[in-house]
Amino acid sequence: MEISNSMLIRTERLDKIYPLGPATIKALDNVSLSVAKGEFLGLVGPSGSGKTTLLNIIGSLDSPSSGSALVLGNRIELLSHKESSRLRNDHIGFIFQTFNLLPVYTVYENVEFPLLLLGTPSAQRTKMVMQALEWVGLAGRAKSKPSQLSGGQSQRVAIARAIVKKPEIVLADEPTANLDAANSHNIMKTMVDLNKELKTTFIFATHDEKVISYLDRKVTLFDGQIEKDELREPAR
Amino acid sequence: MIAFLWKGIVRDRSRSLFPVLIVTIGVMLTVFLHAYIHGAITMLIQTTAHFNTGHVRVMTKAYAKEADQIPNDLALLGTDTLLSSLQKQFPELSWTPRIRFGGLLDVPDKNGETRAQSPVFGFAVDMKNGNSPEWNMLNIKNSVIRGTVPAKRGDILIADGLATALQIVPGETITLIGSTMNGSMSVTNFTIAGTVRFGVSAMDRGTIIADLSDIQAAMDMQNGSGEILGFFRDDVYHMDQADRITKAFNAQHEHSIDEFVPVMGTLRTQSGMADYLDLIDAYSGVIIGIFVFAMSIVLWNTGLTGSLRRYGEIGVRIAIGEEKGHVYRSMLVESVFVGIIGSSFGTMFGLAIAYYVQEHGINIGEMMKNNSMMMSNVIRARITSFTYIIGFLPGLLATLLGTAISGIGIYKRQTAQLFKELET
Repeated sequence: MEISNSMLIRTERLDKIYPLGPATIKALDNVSLSVAKGEFLGLVGPSGSGKTTLLNIIGSLDSPSSGSALVLGNRIELLSHKESSRLRNDHIGFIFQTFNLLPVYTVYENVEFPLLLLGTPSAQRTKMVMQALEWVGLAGRAKSKPSQLSGGQSQRVAIARAIVKKPEIVLADEPTANLDAANSHNIMKTMVDLNKELKTTFIFATHDEKVISYLDRKVTLFDGQIEKDELREPAR
Repeated sequence: MIAFLWKGIVRDRSRSLFPVLIVTIGVMLTVFLHAYIHGAITMLIQTTAHFNTGHVRVMTKAYAKEADQIPNDLALLGTDTLLSSLQKQFPELSWTPRIRFGGLLDVPDKNGETRAQSPVFGFAVDMKNGNSPEWNMLNIKNSVIRGTVPAKRGDILIADGLATALQIVPGETITLIGSTMNGSMSVTNFTIAGTVRFGVSAMDRGTIIADLSDIQAAMDMQNGSGEILGFFRDDVYHMDQADRITKAFNAQHEHSIDEFVPVMGTLRTQSGMADYLDLIDAYSGVIIGIFVFAMSIVLWNTGLTGSLRRYGEIGVRIAIGEEKGHVYRSMLVESVFVGIIGSSFGTMFGLAIAYYVQEHGINIGEMMKNNSMMMSNVIRARITSFTYIIGFLPGLLATLLGTAISGIGIYKRQTAQLFKELET
């Protein structure tokens, strides 16, 4: 596959095999995929189709059994733990199905955490955190604890945490799975706006139709293989 | 980042309160036990020095060989000369002669017939001299329960318990039947000036205290004494200095073959004290070692529970881009916070309890009824500069060690596995 300069991610003949007792299970089978900057892409498929595994490899949380995954010029399979951490810290934001906010910290402190890891100076940190909270419409809840937030608000804090450092890529694993329909649409609209405003590349692992309806590009996985890769007109 | 971690510790009680409580309790016990053991050792040394061996003791070579039998026939003669020589040669110690003796105490009735009798053990000490160190060493004035201190020739003090048992009171006359240093029978009348209680079971069972000159006369030991005791002026046993003085003194007579040549021994080398002190030192080390080990296991367990509970947090931190090593180090930093706080509180509480026991003591007299050791019935803790750090460092070390061991789990877990656990 030809890859242009704007390609952020490229996987080639990617395999991922997990041992399962005496047998093995092939979670990814010969997956080749390219993702350009600013795409709003979804990895779609039923449970066990390999979408989370692919997301983990792109996010350098896992490495392929064979094949190659190039993310922002980094060969994932060759990265050390330290280099993987640096790649995630500098360039990738994560959004989880269960929000995973740090419960003892305030909304502000949760969003601030990635910037602390980057060593961002205090004044700049404050500015960036408040900006991120404004993007997701939660500037007024900066001092709240996660336990005081609704599910939708919690997920928006998670989004703010993922985008506060303005990463090139945001990886979201079933981000609406724990939300009702109204909140799911609000969250997706927030992410669409951020995608447009910041040109951040969003990659979702999902089987939620509400999420799928917002996608520019839908990559369907089945039994670890790409079944279909289609550009689409999102219903926004 | 430190401020961030600090906030987490303060707000998450399971990360702070429980471990801090464990460390506080452990350190408190260590501090108190150390102060108590140290106090007990110090009192044992002090009591043994005051009532038995002095910090150093001079005897004849022959007497020293059988000192346990109190062989007064082998006692020092020419005590005055030897005493002034010791005072001149080793002025850092107070020197005082003593005679220990035994005998039968006979209490007569109105007709002079025996009303009661009891074997007694006695000390002849210098009470004529108002500057004699014996007043302080035996705490004579404060130990008098009834009557007064001896004021005239022939006055003695008698253990209060013995006086009660024999139904005698101050002012009465008693007869001491014993032997002179030459083996002849000695029968001497004394007047009971007062009764005493030293708070040392071995002394309070049946002891009499007489003036040195009276016993010298009774035992035909003019200018003689069983032993001359030396006490450091600050009443603290300085082991190295005592060894040095003893070595210097004994070197003067090392080639003499005379059985009656004076020899000096230290508190440590007499009455098996060296073994006691070594044993107690070893126990102190073992207690601290056990504390660090036990606390490490408890805190390891606490750390493991905390790590399991914090898998979500750790996973998300790694996903965000924090290095595993950084997570591990941050946990160690947290444990240092917990260790410092717990150890500080533990040290404070331990010192407070130790101070109370130092001031008021714990009376173990009931347990010491039949004890023959020169040991006070009231054991007091003793706070020294070492007490301030004895619990602090092990407390900090145990916390750090416990976290370090439990944190290894983070390294052993694959990143993707940790990440998956976020969703469960």
